[in-house]
Amino acid sequence: MMTEIALNVLDVAQNSVRAQATLVCICVMADTQADRMDITIEDNGCGMSPEEIRQVEDPFFTTRKTRKVGLGVPFFKYSAQCTGGDFKITSTKGQGTKVSASYVLSSIDRMPLGDMPGTVHTLVTLNTHIDFVYTYTVNGRSFTLDTREFRDILGDVPLNAPEVSSYIEEYLWENTREVNQDIVL
Amino acid sequence: MKSLAELKAIRERMQSQVGMRAEDDSQTRVVVGMATCGIASGARPVLKALSDAVQEKKLSNVMVTQTGCIGLCKYEPIVEVMEPGKEKVTYVKMTPEKALEVVEQHLIRGQVVTDYTLGNIKL
Repeated sequence: MMTEIALNVLDVAQNSVRAQATLVCICVMADTQADRMDITIEDNGCGMSPEEIRQVEDPFFTTRKTRKVGLGVPFFKYSAQCTGGDFKITSTKGQGTKVSASYVLSSIDRMPLGDMPGTVHTLVTLNTHIDFVYTYTVNGRSFTLDTREFRDILGDVPLNAPEVSSYIEEYLWENTREVNQDIVL
Repeated sequence: MKSLAELKAIRERMQSQVGMRAEDDSQTRVVVGMATCGIASGARPVLKALSDAVQEKKLSNVMVTQTGCIGLCKYEPIVEVMEPGKEKVTYVKMTPEKALEVVEQHLIRGQVVTDYTLGNIKL
């Protein structure tokens, strides 16, 4: 089991990287009034057939050859369902995949959201060939990080250049704090 | 909100240095296993410690990157150090503290920290 939801997101987003996506959108939306938090990870990678979607939720299915189990998606699914939330994968072969998990915020079984800025920072700086759009919303307050926007400004300076990497980290943290205000997820 | 104007300033400062970090044969690669097994056993703090230290110590010939499952899930977090012309060194059961030691001893001074290598763990 992962200790925080952000680690599940990091893990599941790696599937999009392997699926040769060029754009990955990660969206976290929490609403304390409705007592819900929705997380979606959507990519334009190679997609899956209906048969593969069925298999991917099975812990004993993996495309890897190094071992016989694949726990990424089952972990994520369980983390949402054990709070009384939902989990869904939709995918079209050749077009991309969307993974959605929703959580009941007040459930005692809900893990903390954890270090989402860290997850996004890791994904962005280690996969510089992929564009990421990250949207974080709490009770209607929101911010977005779009690496396409960053790239437009940066030109040929890479996203993993030390100064840029620190900037991205600060950008994520500062905006997350502003969106959170006094809410702790 | 943090503004994108700051990013423009960074670009202007850095433009002259572009190409400096281009990948070439003399680069050392530090690879962290970041599949489900790695992440669940704490690979992210290890990766962060490594990239922060490499950045802070300005080790421009070192590239920190990630990989999937190496197949030794039991020994995660795993860090592999690949220096050109040398045999790959595999560190197992890493922590951020051990990772910093590897940066100091191995990446800077060239001494493999044998206490943490795969060869030293009783299989």
